[in-house]
Amino acid sequence: MKFTGSQIVAEILLEHGVDTVFGYPGGAALNIYDALYEYRDQIRHVLSAHEQGAAHAADGYARVTGKTGVVFATSGPGSTNLVTGIATAYMDSVPMVAITANVPSNLVGRDAFQEVYITGITLPVTKHNFFVNKIEDLPGALNDAFRIAGSGRKGPVLVDITKDVTAATIDYKSRKMPEEPKKVSGIDAEELKNIADIINKSKKPLVYLGGGVRAAGAGEELGAFLKKGDIPAAHTIMAAGVLDADDPHNSGLIGMHGTIASNRAVDNADLLLAIGTRFSDRVALNPKKFAKKATRVQIDIDKSEINKNVLVDIGMVCDAKDFFTALMPLIEKKDRSEWVGEVMELKKTTGDVKCDDAELHPSEIIGTVCDMTDKETVYVTDVGQHQMWAAQYLKHDKTCCFLTSGGLGTMGFGYGASIGAQVGAPGKRVIHFTGDGSFHMNLNEACTAVSQQLPIITIIMNNSVLGMVYQWQTSFYGSRFSATEPGRKTDFVKLAEGFGLKGFRASNMDEFTDAFKKALKEKGPVWIECIIGKNEKVLPMIPAGGTVEDMIIG
Amino acid sequence: MALKKEVISIFVDNQSGVLARVVSLFGRRGFNIDSLTVSATNDPSISRITIVFKGDDLSLAQIISQTEKLEVVRDIFTLEKEGSLFRELLLLKVKAGKEERTTVKEIVDIYRGKIIDLSKESMIIEITGAPEKIDGLMNMLSCYEIVEVCRTGITAIERGWQEKEKKND
Repeated sequence: MKFTGSQIVAEILLEHGVDTVFGYPGGAALNIYDALYEYRDQIRHVLSAHEQGAAHAADGYARVTGKTGVVFATSGPGSTNLVTGIATAYMDSVPMVAITANVPSNLVGRDAFQEVYITGITLPVTKHNFFVNKIEDLPGALNDAFRIAGSGRKGPVLVDITKDVTAATIDYKSRKMPEEPKKVSGIDAEELKNIADIINKSKKPLVYLGGGVRAAGAGEELGAFLKKGDIPAAHTIMAAGVLDADDPHNSGLIGMHGTIASNRAVDNADLLLAIGTRFSDRVALNPKKFAKKATRVQIDIDKSEINKNVLVDIGMVCDAKDFFTALMPLIEKKDRSEWVGEVMELKKTTGDVKCDDAELHPSEIIGTVCDMTDKETVYVTDVGQHQMWAAQYLKHDKTCCFLTSGGLGTMGFGYGASIGAQVGAPGKRVIHFTGDGSFHMNLNEACTAVSQQLPIITIIMNNSVLGMVYQWQTSFYGSRFSATEPGRKTDFVKLAEGFGLKGFRASNMDEFTDAFKKALKEKGPVWIECIIGKNEKVLPMIPAGGTVEDMIIG
Repeated sequence: MALKKEVISIFVDNQSGVLARVVSLFGRRGFNIDSLTVSATNDPSISRITIVFKGDDLSLAQIISQTEKLEVVRDIFTLEKEGSLFRELLLLKVKAGKEERTTVKEIVDIYRGKIIDLSKESMIIEITGAPEKIDGLMNMLSCYEIVEVCRTGITAIERGWQEKEKKND
């Protein structure tokens, strides 16, 4: 049967089980959008306000559903607007396929209207990308894109299709994609035995887990391992929620704004078992002194992560779930309660210093939100102080329910990601934490939340400054507040009304609780602006390049 | 850790943009390379990239593991000095009038090079060989006025017969 390039795009999406896409149309994408119209009963298209929002939505959708997120954009600015969203997904290893239209092949390279070399631009922020200017190459490129995005260490792939290809026709036979059997990592039995021996002999082992454990869906296996070996575990922000916040072996967040418990534990451990994590500069702040007393073992699905940032004694290339499954029978049941107790004792001390220039405090807001929502709630953040507070104070207990831009640190990620999350999980409550800085970046997506009737609750922690940079300027730049006091007069309640959604303002806990109760009953999106003090800090903090000895507690 | 020179061979899909992918990776990861050559192979779907890389063992491991992640890379391995042949081609234009001509030719002959162009004021020399030999010739010619130099960079191949599987070790 003859299909146009655009119909092939739709057919292949269906073959890969895609029923929802995000995007924004345009001249070069007209044929593709015409096909989306034709397939509208099978593929839901969510129109964003801006392509960046669509890319973050596809990302949020992927993080919540575990499926590959799909985003469409037109040529030129449409595709460049995706770049931050693609880079965000790349840094956090989120499976995404971005499909962009380009100008017709006869105009490529001639600086045509809305022409940009998007495959060149996205080269360093995609796992791979394709420039398709021949219809024969299209099915292969699209199928490869899904295969690459969703295999190994996941990530974004871009397929750029010239407009003539979207109109050209070819014989094509649609087929159901066979479920690819999950590849089981080839584990070296001897090496595994060696690692098990080291664990069994260790008196003070610590698991340091990252997003790879979450991506592998290895939360249960990890929990069983920690219980059997009686081993404490510290997590990165990408692994928040893999372990229950109150799990007796969970020492909490590690790194710059991590718990005293986790950061002390890493310093005192005699064995560090790093799983699905890359020793980033926000965790191994000083790579030479990180876990210096410990034998360091690293497990990662990506070989190039082994020894990249911190030298390890043993590295193994392996999927986290396969690793735990193979390791479990070799692990001796142990009582390490003394060591676990020593680590967990420190968890009682937090860096929660409430400043007195406002009545509302971040930890209390987050605590109340937790108390009033169920365990299935999806929490999404933007980037900055509120993000760290969310990581510190949310009572995470569900994998895939904490969405944050960990690697790239993209301010403006939150609203788009919330939209994707809510579309992907319509039955779940989605709470979006943001700051006045981050929110100003992409709050235009409010119109999308309204048009799609998505009951996202946005909690804006408004301290009227660009808080994280303001905090650094306070601590390290002698309070020289360069460009962090924007002096904005945005009335978020009125702005919400302007968008056609409900807005609340809260200056104290009673007002907040009241507003949040009302918000939970709304059918559409809601904003709650929370007035907090500008001197509220994220603590504890280990300055960049420092060690646990340099920790600022309060 | 000691810096050393490594020659890396990469087999890649022969398609447009492949070189850009490899070079872009080196650029953003901050890998330092001395030279890079690309050439066709007996298989028209595969090209061969030869890279001379200076770094320690760790950065060598990084450059290899990062490069092999690229979709277009079919195989990557380092070439050991003992078991491989390294060759380079040099074209060199030197200012040489009738006084210098004979002495320059003498040097070129010793190095088994060729004079491939001659004018009243200049000569162009062609030489193929191991990089050390080319360095040697350039050193000998440095007392003359060298006008232009063009070196291809190293291209390399393993000696004898090796099973393909063993190459990655």
